[in-house]
Amino acid sequence: MRRSTLATVLVYAAVAILVVSIVAPVFWLFVMSISSANDLTAIPLHWLPETPDFSRYARLFSLTEGSSGKEFLSALRNSLAVALLATAIALAAGIPAAYSFSRFPGRMPLLYAVLVTYMMPPVALILPLYKVFSALGLLNSIAALVIVYCTILLPFVTWLMKSGFDSVPIEIEQAAEIDGANLFQILTKITLPVAAAATGAAALFALLLAWDEFFYALLYTSDTRSKTLPVAIADFAAGRATDYGLISAVGLLAALPPVLIGFFLQKSLLAGLSAGSVKG
Amino acid sequence: MAPSQKDRVAWLLLMPMIVIMAVVTGFPLINTVWLAFTDASLTGQGYDWNWSGLENFAYIIDDADFRAAIGHTAYFTVVSVSIEVVIGVLVALLLDQEFVGRTAVRALLILPWALPTIVNAVMWRLIYNPEFGSLNALLTQLGLLDSYRSWLGDPSSAMNAIIVADIWKNYPLITLIVLAGLQTIPRDLHEAAIMDGAGAWTRFWNITFPGILGALSVALVLRAIEAFKVFDIIYVMTRGGPADATKTASFFVYQESFTYLRAGSGAAYALTVTAMSGAMIALYIAMLRRRTT
Repeated sequence: MRRSTLATVLVYAAVAILVVSIVAPVFWLFVMSISSANDLTAIPLHWLPETPDFSRYARLFSLTEGSSGKEFLSALRNSLAVALLATAIALAAGIPAAYSFSRFPGRMPLLYAVLVTYMMPPVALILPLYKVFSALGLLNSIAALVIVYCTILLPFVTWLMKSGFDSVPIEIEQAAEIDGANLFQILTKITLPVAAAATGAAALFALLLAWDEFFYALLYTSDTRSKTLPVAIADFAAGRATDYGLISAVGLLAALPPVLIGFFLQKSLLAGLSAGSVKG
Repeated sequence: MAPSQKDRVAWLLLMPMIVIMAVVTGFPLINTVWLAFTDASLTGQGYDWNWSGLENFAYIIDDADFRAAIGHTAYFTVVSVSIEVVIGVLVALLLDQEFVGRTAVRALLILPWALPTIVNAVMWRLIYNPEFGSLNALLTQLGLLDSYRSWLGDPSSAMNAIIVADIWKNYPLITLIVLAGLQTIPRDLHEAAIMDGAGAWTRFWNITFPGILGALSVALVLRAIEAFKVFDIIYVMTRGGPADATKTASFFVYQESFTYLRAGSGAAYALTVTAMSGAMIALYIAMLRRRTT
């Protein structure tokens, strides 16, 4: 289809506006993170710092007393530990369940129950979980968050992996079965390798979900032993001695891993989206 | 395998998931239902409680504060999701055009989507800052605003300011879904329509829109379910204020349970909110079933 010159100009103008609207807020976050406090509180505002100041990043990665490094680095460690452990559990229990749903159809109400628990608002569970964690002495521990993130990650992995297994042709399994392979061998040697891309995508999505979670983490953690990055960021932002540049630096660093994973996931993202299974 | 053996294997594979979900979701959910009919408090060891029957729910029906919170949630959900759908579709139509750098611009949509919700909230809070924020600076330097405003401190603008931040982050999801839907529409349909003299508007409503409607409506309900749970962005940007203008249902339950420590009524509010979400989830599942069968 040929386009008129006017239409072409309009398309490029609209694309330019779109790109600016997406990039500008994040770019501004970066500018804030390298601007001095004077630049950020100047009126009229200095849109670019006189001299870039990367000292916040240095402070966030140092453990010297009085720097914010301890809060940031322990939150980073907690976020990584919680996300990796919860994802591992979700994969370990979710993969066999998804395989069962895919290869032995007929338990549809259960499959939909899995989806419902994934979408259910967390307020439905917060009080009893709080009481149980408190009774078990698990409040303010990584273990509590790993347990509670299973309520989100496990149904998610099950649902996503079911559609992953659905797209593996059953014929290759039948061939292996004739050769005498048992179910465990078929799953680990045949089906999972074929569905490797879907499995990897499910794992990365699960990591993103755990990395992003805030509500439970806010309720069940109270200090550097278990606070995750989202809670630490909210703390930094609510602090009285606010250094906008420092808040921006923490935010950018916390955003870096999920954004990189997001770009990496682009292709599977579309597949997941059309299966209607990716959280908004 | 024999049918009975197949059934056994199927349940065996499901067992780890079922056990975990029963412990971390099933048990707490039942416990919340029980709590909702008591006057339990959250303080101390265990619950100190008495049956209170339907008292909590009777109170909810007349609770103007809760009704206001539901109203804020409904406003947030309807306004943000409907604008996300409109912008999402418009941007998808734009990115369906041919232009240099299209792949890169499509990839750029991932940025807001992948940005953690809390980082998005903090970012916009800094942009809206009443004394030094870049929005105030930009608008005054352009001559669109006479003096700096407190976007989040003014009850009349706080919720809309939050909605803008939410839209920025979430419309790309709709765009990506619609773009995928657009690829399923055969090109010849458009070409045939052009031959018949159909204009762009007619083609949109008769070819494009029906082609993306299925994916779009699923995305819309999915977004609405998520938006109805809104908490993170509110907590960081306004903590429900000013003057409760941005207090949403989740925030209300959070305060009732963990600020006022009323477990019984907190659970009753939580169940009420869950039932409302449940209606939307049921709609979503009905739509999924229609699409897959």
